Amino acid sequence: MSIQAATEETPAQAILETGTARRSEWSRVWRRFKRYKPGLAGATLVIALIFIAIFAPLIAPYSPTEKVGRRATPPSAEFWLGLDEIGRDVLSRLIFGTRVALIVGIGAMAIALIIGVTIGAVAGYFGGTVDLALSRVIDALMAFPLLALLITLSALFEPHLRTVVIVIGVTVWASYARVVRAEVLSLRERDYVIAARAIGARSPRIIARHMLPNVIGPVIVLASLDVGSIIILESALSFLGLGVQPPTPSWGGMLSAGRSLMRNAPHIAIAPGVAITLTVLAFNLMGDGLRDALDPRQRE
Amino acid sequence: MLRYITIRLLQGVVVIFLVSITSFIIMQLAPGDPVDILIGEQQITPEQIAAIERKWGLDRPWYVQYFTWLGNVFTGDFGTSVVRTGQPVREMIFEAAPQTIKLNLLSLIVSMLIAIPIGVLAAVKRYSLFDYGSMVGATLGIALPNYWIGLMLIIVFSLKLGWLPPYGSGSWKSYILPVAVLASQEMAILARLSRGTTSEALSQDYVTTARAKGLRDRTVVTRHVVRNALLPVVTMIGYRIAFLLSGTIVVETIFAWPGIGQLFFNSIDRMDYQVVQAIVLLLATLVVVANLVTDLVYAYIDPRIRVR
Repeated sequence: MSIQAATEETPAQAILETGTARRSEWSRVWRRFKRYKPGLAGATLVIALIFIAIFAPLIAPYSPTEKVGRRATPPSAEFWLGLDEIGRDVLSRLIFGTRVALIVGIGAMAIALIIGVTIGAVAGYFGGTVDLALSRVIDALMAFPLLALLITLSALFEPHLRTVVIVIGVTVWASYARVVRAEVLSLRERDYVIAARAIGARSPRIIARHMLPNVIGPVIVLASLDVGSIIILESALSFLGLGVQPPTPSWGGMLSAGRSLMRNAPHIAIAPGVAITLTVLAFNLMGDGLRDALDPRQRE
Repeated sequence: MLRYITIRLLQGVVVIFLVSITSFIIMQLAPGDPVDILIGEQQITPEQIAAIERKWGLDRPWYVQYFTWLGNVFTGDFGTSVVRTGQPVREMIFEAAPQTIKLNLLSLIVSMLIAIPIGVLAAVKRYSLFDYGSMVGATLGIALPNYWIGLMLIIVFSLKLGWLPPYGSGSWKSYILPVAVLASQEMAILARLSRGTTSEALSQDYVTTARAKGLRDRTVVTRHVVRNALLPVVTMIGYRIAFLLSGTIVVETIFAWPGIGQLFFNSIDRMDYQVVQAIVLLLATLVVVANLVTDLVYAYIDPRIRVR
């Protein structure tokens, strides 16, 4: 708690520093976020990854899908990370693979957020039987070992980037629903909610305008921490051959292909693993920083 | 307390019911008719087909099929494998389960023995080099994909050094790599958690009191702090079972470990849906039971929960 006391500033300090006592919530969040250096480093890396994904064709030295030399060539000055099992440039594939990782990570997260926040808010706001029923659905989803469910669903549908995004999105929302439900439940009897109801505001409006803004902090934190685990899930699916299909470069798929040449050309399997780890690390550190900035209660 | 147990038990039953119906529906969506697959895989007479259809109610609507299936499951009959012609699914699971249980139990024990002392020590020596070092390690451990750790360990210890077998389940040596991979992520999570709970316990009044009484630091930590700090850690382990089992699928596939995870993945691969359905139901039931037991144990140990 002492850390929190140190980061909260007195009004006098605020006036001294900015010349105004009023300061928006977001600028305070930003100030708190900046204090946690690993979080800042993570956020920087996330932004860099987004740039790499967008400008992949400009950055990549070679084509990600075409043969440019002898198969399994080790790293050299010409091919920094070597060539893969077919003779494609590993670095270029890694750069294009950023796209798959981010599309899946962010896309699936968006789907999970929409489902989870809606279900959680409805369960928490209406309570009673609705809550009882939805809570059991949430419990049931959380009882499935996630990867088993993902593997089963992916095996049923045509393997495609879109399938992966949707399948992961519809399976990982339970934790958001749980968090939002608990928060909304605790807000239900607050004075401002009762006041809104008293002046005739309808339920959707009360949920959207008065409750969700108060819930968004913990949800953003959880979401940013989960993008990392979604990226790991996607790569695990691709590794098992159920995710994004070749020749589209995905980190998990590259790892899986590199597996057969592990003895003589370990570089093929090493590079995508490092890329996954760095990306997941970036999102996790950013999430830790956001937790400190947005949700001081949850700090370890 | 009795009321609490009853409610939790009922909730558990409802959840398992939901899981069973979901996994049944998913399997209904799966391409291919089980009977067609049977015909394709082996020589089968029309009488045999009729017998199978009667037993599983395949000529009836899906909800009748579901309750037939559920009824059979209750008597311990999970059907027969399509791929391993006619072998009862139950036998296959009984064969594979001990392998998975051994692997997971060992990983849990190893990760607890290593991670908890690290977490406690990191909290006691807060902001020291040890604290930073171990937490950087834990943060990395969470970000590392476990199958990649597995491949790297195989490259180093099996292919380059030749010390350990790269796959299979045999001598004690074959356990080292899969256990290391499964334990690595648990260790990272447990170390972070026990550091958090220990530093919270350290700031409690009873610790100040114990110090004021003149107890040595060591005594304060082992007698007062650790006991309270470990409670959430121990219960966390109960909730981690679902994650551990997910990890098992990947690890068993990499190391060709003849457990439930590999059986599951192979069955998916060959569209052996009776096996898949049985495993999904069993794993989910295991998770529900583990969570239930954890909740009850927690309520039993921590009187503050019981009162609520």
